[in-house]
Amino acid sequence: MVNSTPAVDVRGLRVTRGGRPVLDGIDLVVERGSVTGLLGPSGCGKTTLLRSVVGVQRIEAGEVRVLGLPAGAPALRDRVGYVTQAPSVYADLSVLANLRYFAEVLGAPKADPERVLEEVGLREHAKDLVGQLSGGQRARVSLAAALLGAPELLVLDEPTVGLDPVLRQELWQLFHRLAAGGATLIVSSHVMDEAARCTALLLMREGRLLAHDTPQALLDATGAADIEAAFLALVAGEGAR
Amino acid sequence: MNPHRTLATARRVLLQLRSDPRTVAMLLLVPCLLIVLLKYAFDGRPEVFDSLGAPLLGIFPMIVMFLVTAVATLRERTTGTLERLLTMPLGRMDLLLGYALAFGLVALVQGVLAFGLTVGVLGLSVTGPSWALLAVAVADGLLGMALGLFVSAFAATEFQAVQFMPAFLLPQLLLCGLFTPRDTMADWLHAISDVLPLSYAVDAMNRITSQSGFSGALAVDLAVVLGCTLLALALGAATLRRRTA
Ligand SMILES: Nc1ncnc2c1ncn2[C@@H]1O[C@H](COP(=O)(O)OP(=O)(O)OP(=O)(O)O)[C@@H](O)[C@H]1O
Ligand SMILES: [Mg+2]
Repeated sequence: MVNSTPAVDVRGLRVTRGGRPVLDGIDLVVERGSVTGLLGPSGCGKTTLLRSVVGVQRIEAGEVRVLGLPAGAPALRDRVGYVTQAPSVYADLSVLANLRYFAEVLGAPKADPERVLEEVGLREHAKDLVGQLSGGQRARVSLAAALLGAPELLVLDEPTVGLDPVLRQELWQLFHRLAAGGATLIVSSHVMDEAARCTALLLMREGRLLAHDTPQALLDATGAADIEAAFLALVAGEGAR
Repeated sequence: MNPHRTLATARRVLLQLRSDPRTVAMLLLVPCLLIVLLKYAFDGRPEVFDSLGAPLLGIFPMIVMFLVTAVATLRERTTGTLERLLTMPLGRMDLLLGYALAFGLVALVQGVLAFGLTVGVLGLSVTGPSWALLAVAVADGLLGMALGLFVSAFAATEFQAVQFMPAFLLPQLLLCGLFTPRDTMADWLHAISDVLPLSYAVDAMNRITSQSGFSGALAVDLAVVLGCTLLALALGAATLRRRTA
């Protein structure tokens, strides 16, 4: 039964933050094993949508189901990994001490901290205090913590922001390796050129979903040369309607 | 609740403290320094030290523990690590008890140091058993810690958290019977002071100062202080929400 349910199933999701509607009726289904990019301008509600999926966002209406269970259900807490937009790790602990603590909380295997350090390319920084790392390194520690315990769903809020092209390439390869291993990934970004690396795209604007399709299908449907142009075409099309 | 995760959290908090030796030094030494000041400020009137030494042995550590826990837990919230932890299989009580264990250990060390100094070096003499001073001092430190954990839920910034000290602790300090016996206060203030935990902390210390033996009343005061500690922890857990706006 488990594998036939989608990784994420959102129906009529509405969220109000600070008195303003931030998500205005979102419906979407994320298939298992996909690498879904969540794209849209700053402030359009990407983080809010991801928070709803991991179950820390208070929602006004609608339903969010994750791996067949209501979002945030206790049984999901070691099956969903979440990387917040700002790195959420302890600056006054070493990289390894951070990962060891999160691994213990998750009940992940003892060797997991070393494994995930390797995966994000930080092995030689294991003993460094997180507060003494560069911004991009700190972001990778935060990502590494979400990889602990090999979660089935990874929710990554702008994990590649501030990283150089080589590193971004490596991380996207990692994301696809994880997906090939059966994990599902939702990756937000406002860098449109990352879109081509996804198997599915969600384009958002002002709290609503403009499109949900494969990158190629979006290009075909809009006749645009790249995702950025496709996005602009979709926005223009919306205005015309 | 899960002992393994609670202990992991306590260990993590202690590790964080270890990377900040200045805070640890201040935590342990500031109460001692204040007691030394009290002793020699009243050098010409030793009876003042004998009557105020015991209550302040409880109050100084409490204030210090309050501030440090309020800020530490607030920092967890503002750096996003709390949000991450709440998506993980960590019970809210696991988190709070982890903090309580780690800072409770600090309170214990702090209490032992301040007690050793006050009784051993500065020669505070009390009518009651002097080990009871230690027990109440540590209980007061624990109370300060639990209150700090609780109020940090209501603070959005570190500025606000620090402001809770004058807003939340100083009124208790005025009403706890340190400056004037509680039964000489206006009736309504006396009634208020009856429900403030610090009043019981000071009552306990005053009993040790002036009464011999470990009386039942002293046990009740100590139980109230520890009960308030547990209550503050439970309230702290209740105010910790997994879902936020
Ligand atoms: N804590 C909050 N309280 C009130 N309103 C908020 C809060 N956080 C975000 N908002 C509002 O919700 C809207 C969506 O914010 P969100 O963080 O989801 O955007 P985003 O798409 O992730 O943006 P970015 O790309 O800049 O990260 C914004 O208009 C923002 O002002
Ligand atoms: Mg965002």
